[in-house]
Amino acid sequence: MSLPITPSQTVGPYLAIGLPWPDGPYVVPEGTSGAITISGRVLDGAGEPVPDALVETWQADPDGRFDHPDDPRGPAAPANPEFRGFGRCPTDDDGQYRIVTLRPGAVPGPDGRPQAPHLDVSVFARGLLDRVVTRIYLADEAAANAADPVLGSIPDPDRRATLIAAADPADPAGPAEPVGEGMAFRFDIRLQGSGETVFFDV
Amino acid sequence: MTEVQDPAASDRPDLPRYQRPAGVHPPLDTPSYGSSRLRAPGRPPVLLPHLLTEVTGPLLGAGRVTAADADLTTRHAGEPIGERIIVTGRVLDSDGRPVPDTLIEIWQANAAGRYAHHIDNHPAPLDPNFDGVGRCLTDSLGRYRFVTIKPGAYPWKNHPNAWRPAHIHFSLFGRAFTQRLVTQMYFPGDPLFGQDPIFNSVPDPAARQRMIAGFDLGTTEPEWALGYQWDIVLRGRDATVFESGEDR
Ligand SMILES: [Fe+3]
Repeated sequence: MSLPITPSQTVGPYLAIGLPWPDGPYVVPEGTSGAITISGRVLDGAGEPVPDALVETWQADPDGRFDHPDDPRGPAAPANPEFRGFGRCPTDDDGQYRIVTLRPGAVPGPDGRPQAPHLDVSVFARGLLDRVVTRIYLADEAAANAADPVLGSIPDPDRRATLIAAADPADPAGPAEPVGEGMAFRFDIRLQGSGETVFFDV
Repeated sequence: MTEVQDPAASDRPDLPRYQRPAGVHPPLDTPSYGSSRLRAPGRPPVLLPHLLTEVTGPLLGAGRVTAADADLTTRHAGEPIGERIIVTGRVLDSDGRPVPDTLIEIWQANAAGRYAHHIDNHPAPLDPNFDGVGRCLTDSLGRYRFVTIKPGAYPWKNHPNAWRPAHIHFSLFGRAFTQRLVTQMYFPGDPLFGQDPIFNSVPDPAARQRMIAGFDLGTTEPEWALGYQWDIVLRGRDATVFESGEDR
């Protein structure tokens, strides 16, 4: 039996009434020990901020496990029961989003080779008839990133670099003083044009 | 429907194999939809093998939703203005399996075609008894049911005299990251289909029809509300078994 699937449509300009959750940006609560922040802007082909986008993230827990029945290693409840794995943040008038989470662990990849720590990302917006999908890798995981099979499938180093969140001591919504090393990351998403983020066919 | 086999599938025989449908979803680059011009990526997407992060996904349980969230007509002091409707159906995957316990979120304009959103300046009345937001979880058979008000058509500035056909926005998680879907449900016989670039962005006419709910007298409740049936089909987990002649 094979049923034809339902097509995608844009979220339109009014997604903000239906999709954001008060706790959406917090994969773990703000202030959780070991929490990292990933923030950045969604930009269009003219370099202008996209104020009506929604950024969603999905990732393994710090042990590289998923609390999900289709993980062949078996579902694993995270050590921190507050960890949800999923983040969701609308962009503000400046195109800015911010996610508070825990650093994902390495995840097994093809042929048993590990994948570097990463987050899968969906971006929805007015003007996008289907979500676009990208991945966030962390700049301070250089050795793991160099061996990652998905990053390795992108031969152009400039394009590959669009998937790597830079360590950024200035968390825009965090404390005024610089936060600890390896705790705040910056990941801009350029939908089109110069420096266009690598998007994946998932 | 054409389907492409994931070239990395042989690396991970123990993972579900979600189909990669081609020719169903609208192309991101659809120039008749003005907002896509500066937002659609210009480069072709890179193939992402379906590995652990892609075949898993958030299983957002009952804690996020109450039964009252599925009725958009009873959450305020009074009843909203408009034609009361029931929208119900099943969430299935393309293998025909129901998708149980999955979160559905909807949002829509009111009966006059106005969203309860600060940037909507359509000169139509807001309804203090309607916020246009609902959510529910599918049951063990993948069924969902909302009670709401039929949304009005609304103007937008995409092209001269542009009006969106009446629609309800739907967001679904499914079971895996690969199944995430945001779409719109339309109403049968809408005279605005012909001029709407969003509806027509779906290239296959048969696929377009799958976004239109069916009026159903059996769902209609006498003396109370008209009923519409709309099934939503997400990508299947092992469609390649049926669709490709290749050995697993
Ligand atoms: Fe709309």
